Amino acid sequence: MITTIITAITTMLEYDFMRNAFAAAGVAAVVSGLVGYFLVLRGQTFAGHALSHIGFAGATGAVLIGVASVWGLVGFTVAAGIGMGLLGERISGRDVAIGVVLALALGFGLLFLHYYTAFATQATALLFGNVLAVDRAMIGTLVGLGLITLGGLAAIMRPLIFASLQPELAEAKGVPLRFVSTAFLTVVALAVSECAQIVGILLVFSLMVGPPATAQRLVTGLWSGMALSAGLALAEAWFGIAIAYHTDWPVSFCIAMLSALGYFLSRGNFLPRQEQII
Amino acid sequence: MNVIELDGVTIGIGGRSILADASFAIKRGEFIGVLGPNGAGKTTLMRAILGLLSPSAGSLRVFGRAPERGDPNIGYLPQVRTVVPDLRVRGFDFIASSVHGERWGVPSLTRADRAMIDKTLVAADARDLAGRPLSDMSGGERQRLLLAQALLGEPQLLLLDEPLISLDYRYQEAVIDLVRRFARERNITVLFSAHELNQLIGTIDRVLYLGNGHAALGTLAEVATAPVLSKLYGADIQVVHADGHIFVLSRGRDVERSDHVHDEGHDHDHHHGHHHHA
Repeated sequence: MITTIITAITTMLEYDFMRNAFAAAGVAAVVSGLVGYFLVLRGQTFAGHALSHIGFAGATGAVLIGVASVWGLVGFTVAAGIGMGLLGERISGRDVAIGVVLALALGFGLLFLHYYTAFATQATALLFGNVLAVDRAMIGTLVGLGLITLGGLAAIMRPLIFASLQPELAEAKGVPLRFVSTAFLTVVALAVSECAQIVGILLVFSLMVGPPATAQRLVTGLWSGMALSAGLALAEAWFGIAIAYHTDWPVSFCIAMLSALGYFLSRGNFLPRQEQII
Repeated sequence: MNVIELDGVTIGIGGRSILADASFAIKRGEFIGVLGPNGAGKTTLMRAILGLLSPSAGSLRVFGRAPERGDPNIGYLPQVRTVVPDLRVRGFDFIASSVHGERWGVPSLTRADRAMIDKTLVAADARDLAGRPLSDMSGGERQRLLLAQALLGEPQLLLLDEPLISLDYRYQEAVIDLVRRFARERNITVLFSAHELNQLIGTIDRVLYLGNGHAALGTLAEVATAPVLSKLYGADIQVVHADGHIFVLSRGRDVERSDHVHDEGHDHDHHHGHHHHA
């Protein structure tokens, strides 16, 4: 049994594109799981979703002018993240603004596609991901972006946690709320760009929201939550690729399925609750 | 020694004077009940003491100097306490986020920080909440945790903004009792804002009534009188003493609690008259 599994894994890893896929998905999953933890903690998952949609316009626009789509994605999401952060802390009203901008961005994405007619296959790759087509150069880009993203997250982590859990007290203690919020959305924008390379723009939730939400159901510590979130994202990404390899289903579908499965299992009553009121 | 000193202080928000030419001083170790109608400036006064807004005229001194944002000598319980619904973070991590929460970088707690948090949790009768997520806590339990947080780090001054709001009666008694005990043992100055005077009788040294831009600080006998309160409320106020309670009435209605009438006889002996219900 074990030898069969080992043989299956070694066969799978004989292919260059499979090794690349595991490496790229691994990097993006860890970044997504860690950044996503704070996205869920702050109740800002909708903002993450919006950023990825805005990134679609950037990615299609970049290809139209002959630039790699990942840089269009990074440029647009980071600009949008800063813009959303500067709009302010008030959630109410902001969701409507995000919704309007989101629709506009998807519209622009469509317009750019319209002028680049040979783009249909690449549009699918952008929207739903194509991790099996990742090359070594892209892995390098993902590692570089990932290090910048995690470096940024580490730099603001302490005031970010304080401001997320208790904004009024954090303000009183001298945390610059607006700056922290804007810096965080910039970090989210970078993570979304990473994540979209693996599972596509429409499915970033599967790595950025599913694993952290599952982790927060299972453990209540901040550090254990972050570690579990990154671990789950990594496991779901890698198992997703392995399942896709053996079934020939799309990778992004497999990851999305595992993500949803993990979340609903963690919510179910059949798992022992960690903490009961004594 | 005066912990808080106001000399001809005027504080305005949006063109409206919340406090006009107010002068008073609060001594070290005093327990001050802060009362007055909604919008009278209880929160504004606390925010000014925290250094979050500056007076437009006059001199406000805290610990003998101009207020400093993020002063570690001040423990603060904000009135607006946004807690993300379904926040699955355990009590310990929740309040630990405020320890040096304004510093950049990755959060870390020294052994001394942990010991200090533990000690405060014990002192605030909140030790049992350390391991439980906020989403599983009742309103009273959350309040106990937030109170513990305000007491972290040996503050010299406690600003508690409506700590009794949305608590049922037995928790209100427990909160008052806890703050009194904690403050008396350490000679801490307390500003405790509330809607209702009666529960604080026997605990407070003096009362600070705010209203109509005016401030009146004094003992209950000096301040809780018809002429003083009529001026503050801008209405014809009657003060009725009955059975050790004080009722502030306007045209026969209780201005502090118009919804229900306080009819239980309570023992307000502040040395050992109360028990913890928590």
